[in-house]
Amino acid sequence: MKAFRILRSSLSESFKGVFRNFSLSLASIFCIAITLVLVGFSIILSYNVNNFTREIEQDMTIVVFLNRKISDEDVKTVGNKIRGLENIKEVKFESKNDVKKSMQEDSEIFNSILEQYNDETNPLQDSYLVKVVDINTIGKTADEIEKIENVDIVKYGEGSVEELVKIFDLVKKIMYGTVVALVLVTIFLIANTIKITIQSRSREIEIRRLVGASNAFIRQPFFFEGIILGFLGSIVPIIGCCFGYRYLYDRLGGQIFTAIIKLVHPSDITFILVLGLLAIGVIVGAFGSYRAVRKYLKI
Amino acid sequence: MQLIELKNVYKRYNNGVTALCDVNLSISKGEFVFVIGDSGSGKSTLIKLLYRQEKPTRGDVFVGGINMSKLRNGRVYKLRRKLGIVFQDYKLLPKMTVYENVAFALEIYGLRRDEIRRRTLKAIEQVGLKDKLRSYPSELSGGEQQRVSIARAIVNNPKVLICDEPTGNLDPKTSMEVMEVIDRINKELGTTIIMATHDEKIVNRMKKRVVQIEKGIVTRDVLKGKYKDEGI
Ligand SMILES: Nc1ncnc2c1ncn2[C@@H]1O[C@H](COP(=O)(O)OP(=O)(O)O)[C@@H](O)[C@H]1O
Ligand SMILES: [Mg+2]
Repeated sequence: MKAFRILRSSLSESFKGVFRNFSLSLASIFCIAITLVLVGFSIILSYNVNNFTREIEQDMTIVVFLNRKISDEDVKTVGNKIRGLENIKEVKFESKNDVKKSMQEDSEIFNSILEQYNDETNPLQDSYLVKVVDINTIGKTADEIEKIENVDIVKYGEGSVEELVKIFDLVKKIMYGTVVALVLVTIFLIANTIKITIQSRSREIEIRRLVGASNAFIRQPFFFEGIILGFLGSIVPIIGCCFGYRYLYDRLGGQIFTAIIKLVHPSDITFILVLGLLAIGVIVGAFGSYRAVRKYLKI
Repeated sequence: MQLIELKNVYKRYNNGVTALCDVNLSISKGEFVFVIGDSGSGKSTLIKLLYRQEKPTRGDVFVGGINMSKLRNGRVYKLRRKLGIVFQDYKLLPKMTVYENVAFALEIYGLRRDEIRRRTLKAIEQVGLKDKLRSYPSELSGGEQQRVSIARAIVNNPKVLICDEPTGNLDPKTSMEVMEVIDRINKELGTTIIMATHDEKIVNRMKKRVVQIEKGIVTRDVLKGKYKDEGI
């Protein structure tokens, strides 16, 4: 009960603090909001990029065509060599006869053409289908496979898709960098706001010390003030990001340009957006005031 | 051990000034002690050692059995809760009423509202300002403001009331009124009083124990003393 009453009085002090230096508080709230909007963008973007990359990765296969007159034994050797490389997730063999069969099943035209060949004269090539772990280095892996003996041609994906993934990845990194910089600026600004509150109340603090207030008691209101600033700063970004994304999603019909790039459904991302933005807002606020309190409320 | 004891206490500030030199003093419960001396003689320094605003450079200061040198910063508040402190400049908060200024000192205890009210009113009554509850400091005379600060100092029922020149800003008549309040606290509540002052008239009128400091050295310590040695 005692602790609760003390907490309540600290909280009311904190709210008074927010309003006492209202313009500065507003600047802090604004700065937090901008930061969090960007954090929100980053979360949405990285969720989509991750989702999208994962889908492409699943489809992305290196096709390794082997030399036509290759012995069964050499086929196995090539397979083992591929498996021995880095970045390999899955290796599957497809003989030329398998390919022939499936092509015949797929289309009438292929069927009539390929019918003229028997297993011996089959013009197709034996191949390995290789999946990689990291799609960003798929080119390097393909180059390494090409150097293996008895490998004829190596093909993988479409260059443009790979480029797109790389661009998204870069955007993501820039975004992260910006967020980190903004978070630092925000912490600094909040620390400054709290510092001014502390200074404007130095007389109260002095008297509190003289009448026997503990450090925790003196620091509490300022700490809460930072948290309140963080909380207030996170409201608009949370609402904006959640509804903004939902709107965008509906507007675009859940995909960008083509059906290849599917967007993450808003309901899959709402929870993490709300929680993430709120947590970052509050933590940034708390950390800012912690810094100010440590620096300006020494005993 | 006495309530307050100083043993071979030295205080040297960082700028090289030695404010106290080999001070020995012992004050028992319920005493009323004047610490007198010219400006710059070291009275405030002695007072500051008692509420751990400063630490002695050498020697030991005990307050209520606690060694001030060994008291950690994080624990100072526990000492302060047993003290009441009054300053020359009152240290009131201008935007708070008399009632709020006094109740302010109780906020830290997390008491119930009616308990705060009861104790605050009692303290204000003790200094005779019951009819000024809703006034702001700027609406009060100097003497009244000092009485508010005394009410704030005693609202937590301290064992010791420490005063640093409480009448320094007051005219002689108001000074005597404030002294009467302090004397009553000493007599009625049994609170130990330690008061630094260089006001000759007050010291001579009150006839209490006098500890005189000159350039940081205790030169006289007499019961029922006067400001100046009467000679033989
Ligand atoms: N914080 C301080 N830093 C340095 N010197 C101080 C400080 N406080 C007091 N002094 C010096 O210590 C001496 C005693 O001062 P003080 O205790 O305030 O005397 P009084 O209260 O009797 O006027 C003075 O010479 C003063 O200049
Ligand atoms: Mg002084």
